[in-house]
Amino acid sequence: MSSVAISDLSLSFGSVEVLKSLNLEVDEGEFIVLLGPSGCGKSTLLNCIAGLLDVTAGQIFINGNNVTWDEPKDRGIGMVFQSYALYPQMSVEKNLSFGLKVAGLPKAEVQERVSKAAEILQIEPLLKRKPAALSGGQRQRVAIGRALVRDVNVFLFDEPLSNLDAKLRTDLRVELKRLHQRLGNTMIYVTHDQIEALTLADRIAIMKDGLIQQLDTPAGIYNNPTNRFVAGFIGSPGMNFISGTLEDDAGQWFFAAPDLRIPLNDYAFTGNPTAGQQVEIGIRPEHVVLNDVSEAGFVTLQVEADIVEPMGADTVLWTKLAGNNLTIRTDSESTVKSGDSLSASFNPARASIFAQDGSRV
Amino acid sequence: MAEAVANKMQGPQGPKPKRIISGRNIVLYGFLIVAALYWLLPLYVMVVTSLKGLPEVRMGNIFSPPMEITFEPWVKAWDSACTGLYCEGLKVGFWNSIKILIPSTVISIIIASVNGYALSFWRFKGSEIFFTILLFGAFIPYQVMLYPLVIILRELGLFSSLGGVVLVHTIFGMPILTLLFRNYFAGVPDELFKAARVDGAGFWRIFFQIMLPMSLPIFVVAIILQVTGIWNDFLFGIIYAGTTNFPMTVQLNNIVNSTQGVKEYNVNMAATLLTGALPLIVYFVSGKLFVRGIAAGAVKG
Ligand SMILES: Nc1ncnc2c1ncn2[C@@H]1O[C@H](COP(=O)(O)OP(=O)(O)O)[C@@H](O)[C@H]1O
Ligand SMILES: [Mg+2]
Repeated sequence: MSSVAISDLSLSFGSVEVLKSLNLEVDEGEFIVLLGPSGCGKSTLLNCIAGLLDVTAGQIFINGNNVTWDEPKDRGIGMVFQSYALYPQMSVEKNLSFGLKVAGLPKAEVQERVSKAAEILQIEPLLKRKPAALSGGQRQRVAIGRALVRDVNVFLFDEPLSNLDAKLRTDLRVELKRLHQRLGNTMIYVTHDQIEALTLADRIAIMKDGLIQQLDTPAGIYNNPTNRFVAGFIGSPGMNFISGTLEDDAGQWFFAAPDLRIPLNDYAFTGNPTAGQQVEIGIRPEHVVLNDVSEAGFVTLQVEADIVEPMGADTVLWTKLAGNNLTIRTDSESTVKSGDSLSASFNPARASIFAQDGSRV
Repeated sequence: MAEAVANKMQGPQGPKPKRIISGRNIVLYGFLIVAALYWLLPLYVMVVTSLKGLPEVRMGNIFSPPMEITFEPWVKAWDSACTGLYCEGLKVGFWNSIKILIPSTVISIIIASVNGYALSFWRFKGSEIFFTILLFGAFIPYQVMLYPLVIILRELGLFSSLGGVVLVHTIFGMPILTLLFRNYFAGVPDELFKAARVDGAGFWRIFFQIMLPMSLPIFVVAIILQVTGIWNDFLFGIIYAGTTNFPMTVQLNNIVNSTQGVKEYNVNMAATLLTGALPLIVYFVSGKLFVRGIAAGAVKG
């Protein structure tokens, strides 16, 4: 039984259709990340699941119950917001216990759940404080605690780390992962940060314009993007795209562009390639290695270094390959200088080829 | 390099010195002092006149301080000045004003705060139109509505009664107060409201337990607006309250403009000061809160 199931969900604000007949199934205990550019409808989808927005069409199931018309409190969900949304006039303890008191739980049980959540999140010393006296990280921990005390199966997170500075974000990200391992709840997590998505998710749903483009494991999304949008969205620095045509030379496929010919022996075509078809080949910067690799399947090409960007852990080279831009991620010890001519190798089997309509070939 | 080090202890360093007596400051403070005198002078004249006996007033030196301080005019203004047929002083009007003020303020603020909250968070079909109409109401001149309201109140059996004038104040306070509260609540993050919904709180619980505690400053602003507005009102009081319920302003007018007997300037001044005392006190006590409340849109939890 799936934990959360969304079937043919549509939502419009007036004449603007934000979600378009969207389907999604989330397994019990799964960590799903909704990833997409700003304005693609991630928060809207989350609000629909939470019951904070009335859907225009479709159904939502949580734990097998059709909750499409249920109030947020009756859906068995807890939610954490980007702005923390703590009640400013209440102490941390009151923030945590508010929902439980509304639900009319006995005092002893309220007390027990609050102290358990406080212990898990290590916010016991803060219980008597008001939110204004907390740091960003502490506030978000309290906000997570407010979802925790509800003792529900499904947690919804709407960009919970976006308001934190980089260091805290990394720390809290790890804590969230630990929390998920400890609790085993289903988590649906919205973000526009691909690092968060790749590190946290069991599966990532990439969204664009109110539609899920691809739902797959982080590795699947990264290695086999299903279309041009997903390929360009995931990865930093982004995938290199070179336009050209497919050529069929006696049963042997090639990617051809002016001054460039790449054999595609090992490339696993997913669609039906046709000779002469206009395509783009996508090559990840980190799949390119400098110098000659004689290993089977590798292709070696001559590139010219343009700009060198040392990033600390590694170095990004902006190079020219037969008139096309090609970024290469190499190690930080690299001594390449601007203007150098280099041999660059990569395995076309790890590339992605997209037809003009953006679909994977 | 060596030269730069040698020059280090010379030339400007640290904060730039400011001249206290500069041309700019003289103009600025000069203007402020003149403006303050301009507004304070009438008040001064009123206070000193109200503390003089009638013979001294007749001498005509309105700026000179009283030679002999007497509180007689104040007592008379409060207790026995003639307001038309009766000679019971302003105290009757004072209590009438209180009786009008308290229910009008309380009722209008309760309704407007719930309105503003509902318009911000519980959008319903047509809520925008409702709000527009309400705002439009703020721009209709009072004069247009005076007579229709007389008829409405007559039909309701509230004309010339305390209830009638309270109703009128509540109605006329509604557009501006609703706007005030709606804009305040519009500044409260939407996610706070959503969090409360997820926690299971409904319309009234969110209002009372979450929104009210965080909106005290705006309530103070609303109270100040209503208290001063209603206390200073003359028009609605004279039209809708009926003779027995005339507010203080109307009775003040009757004292000051009475045509019989000698003009008792000292009593008039005392009566005027008494009538203006409440708004003055409210301003002095709550000035800081008022400013804070006006700026409170920016306050986030
Ligand atoms: N209350 C609303 N009324 C009208 N349009 C809205 C409303 N909320 C969101 N939208 C629009 O819906 C789209 C998706 O918004 P949202 O789900 O918040 O995006 P995001 O993926 O950044 O979270 C945006 O284009 C936004 O302008
Ligand atoms: Mg969002």
